[in-house]
Amino acid sequence: MEAIWRIESARLIAGLARVVGDIGTAEELAQDALVAALEQWPISGVPEKPGAWLMGTARHHAIDLLRRRQTLQRKHEEIGRDIQQAQEDTGPASAIDGDGGDDLLGLIFMACHPVLSKDARVALTLRVLGGLTTEEIARGFLTPVSTIAQRIVRAKRTLTEAHARFEVPDGAERAARLPSVLEVIYLIFNEGYSATAGEDLVRPALCEEALRLGRILAELIPTEAEVHGLVALMEIQASRLRSRVGPSGEPVLLLDQDRAHWDRLLISRGLTALERAEGLAGAMGPYALQAAIAACHARAATAAETDWPRIVALYDAVAQLAPSPVVELNRAVAVGMAFGPAAGLDLVDALVQEPALKAYHLLPAVRGELLRKLGRSEEARAEFERAASLTQNVVERKLLLRRAAECTAERMAG
Amino acid sequence: MRVLVLAKEDHQTQAAKPPTPEAMAEFQKFNEELVKAGVVIGDGRLYPSSQGKRMRFDGKKRTVIDGPFAETKELVAGYWLWQVRSMDEALEWLKRSPFDAGTYEIRQIMEFEGM
Repeated sequence: MEAIWRIESARLIAGLARVVGDIGTAEELAQDALVAALEQWPISGVPEKPGAWLMGTARHHAIDLLRRRQTLQRKHEEIGRDIQQAQEDTGPASAIDGDGGDDLLGLIFMACHPVLSKDARVALTLRVLGGLTTEEIARGFLTPVSTIAQRIVRAKRTLTEAHARFEVPDGAERAARLPSVLEVIYLIFNEGYSATAGEDLVRPALCEEALRLGRILAELIPTEAEVHGLVALMEIQASRLRSRVGPSGEPVLLLDQDRAHWDRLLISRGLTALERAEGLAGAMGPYALQAAIAACHARAATAAETDWPRIVALYDAVAQLAPSPVVELNRAVAVGMAFGPAAGLDLVDALVQEPALKAYHLLPAVRGELLRKLGRSEEARAEFERAASLTQNVVERKLLLRRAAECTAERMAG
Repeated sequence: MRVLVLAKEDHQTQAAKPPTPEAMAEFQKFNEELVKAGVVIGDGRLYPSSQGKRMRFDGKKRTVIDGPFAETKELVAGYWLWQVRSMDEALEWLKRSPFDAGTYEIRQIMEFEGM
């Protein structure tokens, strides 16, 4: 039953939302249909087309509901026609067999509506599109269940109050609203990605959920380059999931990872998605660019073979599109690798006064690494210690302090 | 989790009765539905075993055996890689397939914790 719900719920809610116009009612109707199934299927057996059964039942409830409300007579007739149309088109048993893609897309855009806060969009998307329970979402985000439940209730209310329409935006409207959808998917991915081994498995499962949503979206709107860019980025990042944590739970930096453990299948899927993004008209967007950077690492058989000059060029493009001190810092690292630590250090030194990076532990960490390569061990040690004092993460702090100790040892030896 | 779905077909019926265009179309529709649901992450259809080879290991000795393989039943004819949340979900998807013969085997792929 859980498996059927997982497969059918998004399409069910999407189909109902198109009819009744709001996610809250659609979800209630879908849940009612589920309850009916739980009561009836054990006696009558699971129907041949469970999705069509659920949809049929839910639509009956929808009509009842709207009749009872006696509101919007016109709307009612529309639904009647709509159902009739659907039945004429596909036959009553297979009403849900149709593509349903547009409904699903409508639901995605509604759950990621810009009137909602980021948190609300994420929770609502996981709930109605991922079929996750409120408890699962709460565990995934290390947030109390009541908070998530409230967030979802409020999100639905906000959508109703804002008269958000169930629609698949097109053209300029789509271009304006797509970033909000992509952001939600990437946030879900990162929430899972930042989880470490041994933690509750719901958290890493968020990566799979985000990937699934991305892959679905890429099928639904294959002409949007940034959708493929995001999918490419997630596939390639996910390919390193199992190599980025060492045996005792310590993070392993990208260049130190055992590349034999990278997931070849995800890499090749990621590279294919990136090609698709690059093949579509228009300049590369931020996700495609980040994916292209990730691809440079994925293509290199060893860390030494990494195409750093290309990574520098890609960071240039990112910095033009979305300038930020963090991007500049990443670019400085790439420059250090491509053109030597002195060139990298020049760029990092220019960032030291940057207020946004004042408490950012990676700035002294990067600076320390470059100083160490230049043989300035004493300065490097001070930077690593400063970085260690800035990070909240215990494991990371240990790692940084170890680097500091190594610098001391190097100085003694030197 | 990731599962490997192995399509095992009866070798003789496969040769005697190639799939009809209708059956192919139905299969393609099903496959497309799986792709659109983000379930399929890899797939492939295999050439008949007459074009396959086997290698047997016995200590240092390697013996190559040419196809077709002696078995007439349950030869792997194709595979899917699916990303699903549970074995139940995989079963539920497979139930919806249009197949009317053969055996399909679902096996979970071992993965590191977390992925």
